Amino acid sequence: MDSSVTATHAHLAERAYHIRRNALLMGEVQGQGYVGQALDIADVLAVAYFHAMDYRPDDPEWDGRDRFLLSNGHYAIALYAALIEAGIVPQEELETYGSDDSRLPMSGMASYTPGMEMSGGSLGQGLTIAVGHALGLKRKGSKSFVYTLFSDGELDEGAVWEALMSAAHWQLDNMIAIVDINNQQADGPSSQVMAFEPLVDKMEAFGWFTQRIDGNDLAAVIRAFDAAREHPGRQPRMIIADTRMGCGVPFLEAREKNHFIRVDAHEWQLALEALDAGRTA
Amino acid sequence: MAARPRSARRREDRMSTAAAQKPKLKTSAMIASIAAEGQRTKSAPFGHALVELAGARPDVIGMTADLGKYTDLHLFAKAYPERYYQMGMAEQLLMGAAAGLAKEGALPFATTYAVFASRRAYDFIHQTIAEDDLNVKIVCALPGLTTGYGPSHQATEDLALFRAMPNMTVIDPCDALEIEQAVPAIAAHKGPVYMRLLRGNVPLLLDEYDYKFELGKAKLLRDGRDVLVISSGIMTMRALEVAQALADDRVDVGVLHVPTIKPLDIATILREAGRSGRLVVVAENHTTIGGLGEAVATALLSAGVTPPFRQIALPDAFLDAGALPTLHERYGISTEAMAKTIKGWLG
Repeated sequence: MDSSVTATHAHLAERAYHIRRNALLMGEVQGQGYVGQALDIADVLAVAYFHAMDYRPDDPEWDGRDRFLLSNGHYAIALYAALIEAGIVPQEELETYGSDDSRLPMSGMASYTPGMEMSGGSLGQGLTIAVGHALGLKRKGSKSFVYTLFSDGELDEGAVWEALMSAAHWQLDNMIAIVDINNQQADGPSSQVMAFEPLVDKMEAFGWFTQRIDGNDLAAVIRAFDAAREHPGRQPRMIIADTRMGCGVPFLEAREKNHFIRVDAHEWQLALEALDAGRTA
Repeated sequence: MAARPRSARRREDRMSTAAAQKPKLKTSAMIASIAAEGQRTKSAPFGHALVELAGARPDVIGMTADLGKYTDLHLFAKAYPERYYQMGMAEQLLMGAAAGLAKEGALPFATTYAVFASRRAYDFIHQTIAEDDLNVKIVCALPGLTTGYGPSHQATEDLALFRAMPNMTVIDPCDALEIEQAVPAIAAHKGPVYMRLLRGNVPLLLDEYDYKFELGKAKLLRDGRDVLVISSGIMTMRALEVAQALADDRVDVGVLHVPTIKPLDIATILREAGRSGRLVVVAENHTTIGGLGEAVATALLSAGVTPPFRQIALPDAFLDAGALPTLHERYGISTEAMAKTIKGWLG
């Protein structure tokens, strides 16, 4: 790597660390939460918010911003962690996560949180909304991108495929979608709940410019986002990110995999220490 | 008696019912007008009104899920091809994409059949449009029992479903004039709207009543001492015909038209229903459950207004396929059936 690439990498690694740390702190507030997912997607969010996307922290509704749609609403803890790191949500609100009257509810909603573009949670809806945003931005002559994060479990939903087909039909080259393949959904491993492979072939057959990467390899994530933005074809862009739940906290990553990763009360502090150890390593 | 398969039992029931009724009519084409022969009509009032509105409002766009021709949206597509989005036969995508376009400042009119919006796309409307209070107008053909194609196409519970959805405004227009007037009115209203649509050659009658649609307002079209019919949609047309027919029998029927099902014009309903001595009949092209009838009943009881109360509505059942005139007679929402029912109640 040349020095500028190394500097970018180091900067984003630090951002990813803070996103993971914020997520663990929020998990500790509630005593639970989707921290396994937050830890797995932190590298993608770091690259999205601190390398790829254009936005104004003090004006989250600035019309020139790139849109980021969180389809998998239960990943809100991860997005809040990124929005805090981005300065869109104040750091002190972290302690309100999931509490009464908080702007940071357990499942993400557009009407609650600055920087939250959609109300996710009813899984499989994000890409359909993204198609509308992408069409609307084209109507306005905007150069903004619409990013959508969704999960492998959402591939079970038919509307996802309606949206995938229409994005190619409308040549929505301003759409960038990231599917998080952590292979866990509510009832077990996603590939066993409903087989979704070969996913690259499916996405390409649906007309998307498709990349498959290790979503916890920061250099690979950076390259994928750059390639997605710069791809010359008039196609929507898909990043299939294979990730590891609990990534960054070795004892959580090693724990038996589940939709929820169990974290006992005394373990939050240990998790933060393990994260810190990885940062200095 | 040994149990028989439900489907076989039902088929036999139908055959014996049908045999009793002659002559047999043919199922009219799904796209056929609900207008009676010789009735004054206007062609495609929604399509023409939307084209006119779009001339004044550049934010208006049209979207459909493979039913542009069957919701009169093809007129808009022809006039404004660059503002028209064919989303394919994908109602969930239609609603989600309408939400995204509304977020980007467009004013989407999204069309499909009422069954598909209310049943298939309900959660998408609920979560992507209504929860965020977005400015999307959902305009749907074949409301209630306006097709003989059977339950797959008969939206007999759409009003109940959309009444139950927070933030949603619900409109059930009566005729071509009302549809024309409602289009700019719902566009001017900020927030999600569900409007039932009559398409093709649509009956025209409210021009004779010096009528003006106002969002959220019920209008007394005709006063009467003996009966007050409270109705919406095509049942207002029927109620006016019933009033005329019963006038010959010296029964005086008033008609209160309630095109906005939600929010309900409770003040006007209480005022009219509270006038003593009249039988109140709520008539609607919808199941007895959850529509205008129950909305009016709740409003009356909550206010302690308790006139004699009856409901003319479709049964809580999967309705038969067949010719519309046959079905309207069978389920009591034809003019003749309705007049007979009301006379029976008066004794």
